[in-house]
Amino acid sequence: MTVGSPARGRQQPAPAARPRARRGGQGGRGEGRFAVALLFPAAVVVFGVVLYPVVRTFVLSLHDVTSPMPGSYPFVGLQNYIRVFQDSSFYPVLGHTLYFTLVSTFAELALGIAVALLLNAPLKARWLWRSIVILPWALPTIVNGALWRWIYNGQYGALNGLLQALGISQTPHQWLGSPFLALNCVIFADVWKNTSIVVFFILAGLQTIPEDLYEAARMDGASAWGAFWRITMPLLAPSIAVVLILRTIEAFKVFDIIYVMTGGGPANGTQTIAFYTYLQAFSNQLFGYGAALAYLIVLAVFALAMVYLRILRQGQMAGVE
Amino acid sequence: MRPSRSYLIWIHIAAVLMALVVLAPFAWLLISSISPPAELLASHPHWLPHEPTLSRYRQIFTGASGGDNVAANFRQAMVNSFVVATLTTVVSLTVGSLGGYAFARLRFGFRRTSLFGFLAIYMLPPIALVIPLYLALANLNLLDTKTGLVVTYCSIVTPFCLWTMSNYYASMPRDLEEAARVDGCTRLGALVRVILPLARPGLLTTGMFGFLLAWDEFLYALLFTSTTNAKTIPVAIAEFTGKYSSDFGLIAAGGVLASLPPLLLALLFQRYIVGGLTSGAVKG
Amino acid sequence: MQSNRVAASQVLQARPTRRTFLATSGALGLGAFLTSCGVGNGSQGGAGNGKGSIRALFMKQAGYSEQNIQAMTGSFQKANPDIKVTTDFVAYEALHDKIVAAAPANTYDVVLIDVIWPAEFGTKHIVADVTSKWPSSWKQKMLPGAVATPQYKGTFYGVPWILDTKYLFFNTQHLKQAKVDQGVLTSWDGVLKAARALKSAGVVKYPLIWSWQQAEALICDYTQLLGAYGGKFLDESGKPAFNQGGGVQALEFMRQTLVDGLSNPTSTQSLEEDVRRVFSAGQASLALNWTYMYGMANDRTQSQIPGHAAVLQTPRGPAGQPGVNGSMALAVAAGSKNQAAAWKYISYLTSQPVQDKYALSSLPVWSSSYDDPAVLKTNPAVVPQAKKQLGDLILRPQVVTYNSISQVLQGAIQKALLGKQSSQQALDDAASKVASQMSS
Repeated sequence: MTVGSPARGRQQPAPAARPRARRGGQGGRGEGRFAVALLFPAAVVVFGVVLYPVVRTFVLSLHDVTSPMPGSYPFVGLQNYIRVFQDSSFYPVLGHTLYFTLVSTFAELALGIAVALLLNAPLKARWLWRSIVILPWALPTIVNGALWRWIYNGQYGALNGLLQALGISQTPHQWLGSPFLALNCVIFADVWKNTSIVVFFILAGLQTIPEDLYEAARMDGASAWGAFWRITMPLLAPSIAVVLILRTIEAFKVFDIIYVMTGGGPANGTQTIAFYTYLQAFSNQLFGYGAALAYLIVLAVFALAMVYLRILRQGQMAGVE
Repeated sequence: MRPSRSYLIWIHIAAVLMALVVLAPFAWLLISSISPPAELLASHPHWLPHEPTLSRYRQIFTGASGGDNVAANFRQAMVNSFVVATLTTVVSLTVGSLGGYAFARLRFGFRRTSLFGFLAIYMLPPIALVIPLYLALANLNLLDTKTGLVVTYCSIVTPFCLWTMSNYYASMPRDLEEAARVDGCTRLGALVRVILPLARPGLLTTGMFGFLLAWDEFLYALLFTSTTNAKTIPVAIAEFTGKYSSDFGLIAAGGVLASLPPLLLALLFQRYIVGGLTSGAVKG
Repeated sequence: MQSNRVAASQVLQARPTRRTFLATSGALGLGAFLTSCGVGNGSQGGAGNGKGSIRALFMKQAGYSEQNIQAMTGSFQKANPDIKVTTDFVAYEALHDKIVAAAPANTYDVVLIDVIWPAEFGTKHIVADVTSKWPSSWKQKMLPGAVATPQYKGTFYGVPWILDTKYLFFNTQHLKQAKVDQGVLTSWDGVLKAARALKSAGVVKYPLIWSWQQAEALICDYTQLLGAYGGKFLDESGKPAFNQGGGVQALEFMRQTLVDGLSNPTSTQSLEEDVRRVFSAGQASLALNWTYMYGMANDRTQSQIPGHAAVLQTPRGPAGQPGVNGSMALAVAAGSKNQAAAWKYISYLTSQPVQDKYALSSLPVWSSSYDDPAVLKTNPAVVPQAKKQLGDLILRPQVVTYNSISQVLQGAIQKALLGKQSSQQALDDAASKVASQMSS
């Protein structure tokens, strides 16, 4: 029946023996048909309304389209895609995006794991701490952006007020007043809100790690730190992979918080690629160019996901006996 | 093994610190919502307002909706958001949990392509699809309707549900289906009667985050809605800030109220999420 | 757990099979069926028969209030019983995007457009050419700044409706405390002198507050100063000229006020509303802002300085004192099937009686209104200033690619204001960027 189904607790065969040689239909026509049946509703829901726009946008990216109105536009092939790389404004935007993505994703991951471990520990009134962690997640992004813009305000901001009250600094800082600082402030606001999600994903992942593993490790004399690196992290790797990929996708798509907090400024400092695409496609009505940017985003995210999985696969192999 | 006393003290200190960092901005939001506009603009922040006021909440709850009264329109926006997000979550979770099982457990030739296809939709920034989607919705007469928003959001939330549920299923032991099949269930029966109930933590986590994806969504809501028929919370809050008028306190009040439904839902389902696979069926 | 990774990484090795094609074509067929019906319907607008229902898009929370507009619409419908009007309101920031998104679907018949959009919308067939409908009497009876608002290359794309420019607001109490006579405020040099006096007298830390966030608001301020220094955005051949003469002087002026500590550093993250808040809190003495600030800064319920806010024309620079044209016009959507009815509605809304009635919310576009005592009574402080200023307005470049020029300039001006580049260097870079954009 199902070949090679392992008993619980035993590892599956190493990747080399993965069913790479299997072709379609190997699992029996029954499996294929069942799969189609299970996937059909999802396909209708997703592609039913979205497929035409997706295809049309791709077609747009191959034409020189400068108006939303239907009409005939010159076909330019991959010219829009090439133009992206010839656009001198694109590179700072790409830089900001990569910086935003890497910093926010890894910050969320590190903090998320730390807080998840904390929430998994024998705390009193765990429900209270977990409820508190959920709060930032519940706040709409639009409000989060407005809130932090207000906190960072150079004239009335609470952050300056707090620093003053604590005696740390008397002069008001312009948090959103210089490009790199503003980018970091936006990242901080985004991390503050999104770490909650990561915490809960990791927490759910932690639940699947059996207690006995830790017992066994303790009896073998492993320290808490050792147990963390050799048991927790490897077994969390799949959850971490999911979180990394999801948060990377979201970071590349990040738009709302920038729209509300800085509008891309100061001095283009917080322009990330999704916001830049909005400017090109909507404000400048360069729809072909904007479409090309959008598909390049998909490619970039895909490439990053590949990188993550490759790294994690290696990490997993090193950690597991 | 009993944790040492110092360990317990340290983790409680850490918990308190974490709570402070998490709560401080939110507390400021709450305080701002009850501070009169004059005090919001004080050169040194009034940590506690001298003259707290509930006028903004009153505006939201008792104002006559329609027209200029953005605060009162907010009520309707909350209802809209709740309906849209709930419907989106229900639909997406249903189709996602079915489809995700196919990706996790079944072997079929187009598995990789279709998974990539779904994920590619999720990876695409919303801006790319706005105009053709607007046209599509216009042709279906779904502009400025909650249904239109649900249909749009499902296309984003479903790939998310597919992906996370497929990962969740894959982390569940295979013996469960085996046992069910041995007991005479069909594949579908095994899925529905055995796997899904045990996958509840995964389902609820995925559902929670799917709900928030729909609750939070701004760009499509902004462009596809025009009246209180379908305007959602992010749009309503964005309208609190006009070119010629803005009161952060009102945005704060809106934000506090807008956080309540997701918060309540999360609190309700919290224990299911971290219940985990510690039920008896799995062991042994 | 491992199968988890397996499932994940197998995503990356897409290998289509026959099933793939079946599945995808199935989905494609479904998608195409559901959504492509009626797509690409012609945007052929039509005059219609002057009756029927029309839909209009306005902006929220600015200029005329929603109540005002509903009232106007109600009266219009009473006078024209066979035309039914539905009104939608969106925030100003979303107005452009909404018009663009809705254009192919012909959702709206009447749209409110900003003065910087006729070139863009007209050439892209989003709004209709109404030159033939414009009575020549309007060209004489309306203020010249109003007549210029909906034009591009001589073609009219709408009717001006909301007229606005930036005025100089000052706090009379602060000036008294610093013993500054308001007479000096007629020139920018005088404003600087006043600011220095205010600062050294310790009345306020930063006397000036501006809306210099990276947004169109920044270009509005820059435009007003560029006009005062005699600069030009584009020369006669249409090439960038803001990096010469008055354009550079304006930016240097802006930067210098920051360096000298006369302008609040928060200006570079502030929009008009932030300016109003700081001014109304008494934390600034001098500010440029739109008409609306006068009422709100003197409103006891909203301001800390009620009764102390005064308004003057924008100060004079070496070349004059034009105000930036920040007006808006009502346009007929190019794809509207009911253009005759739409035009009737627009003519009504922009007519003098209607505008005079709601003059408190927004000043009329008709010259003679400013001599009307009833209009004067609605806003006795602002109307005389407006009368002078609205006859002397400077336009931002009316070119099809204005938005992308604005973005380039916003970035460049911000770089200079934040000290990342010198004013000349920043504007030179911007000019070469704009030149290459315009030629491509």
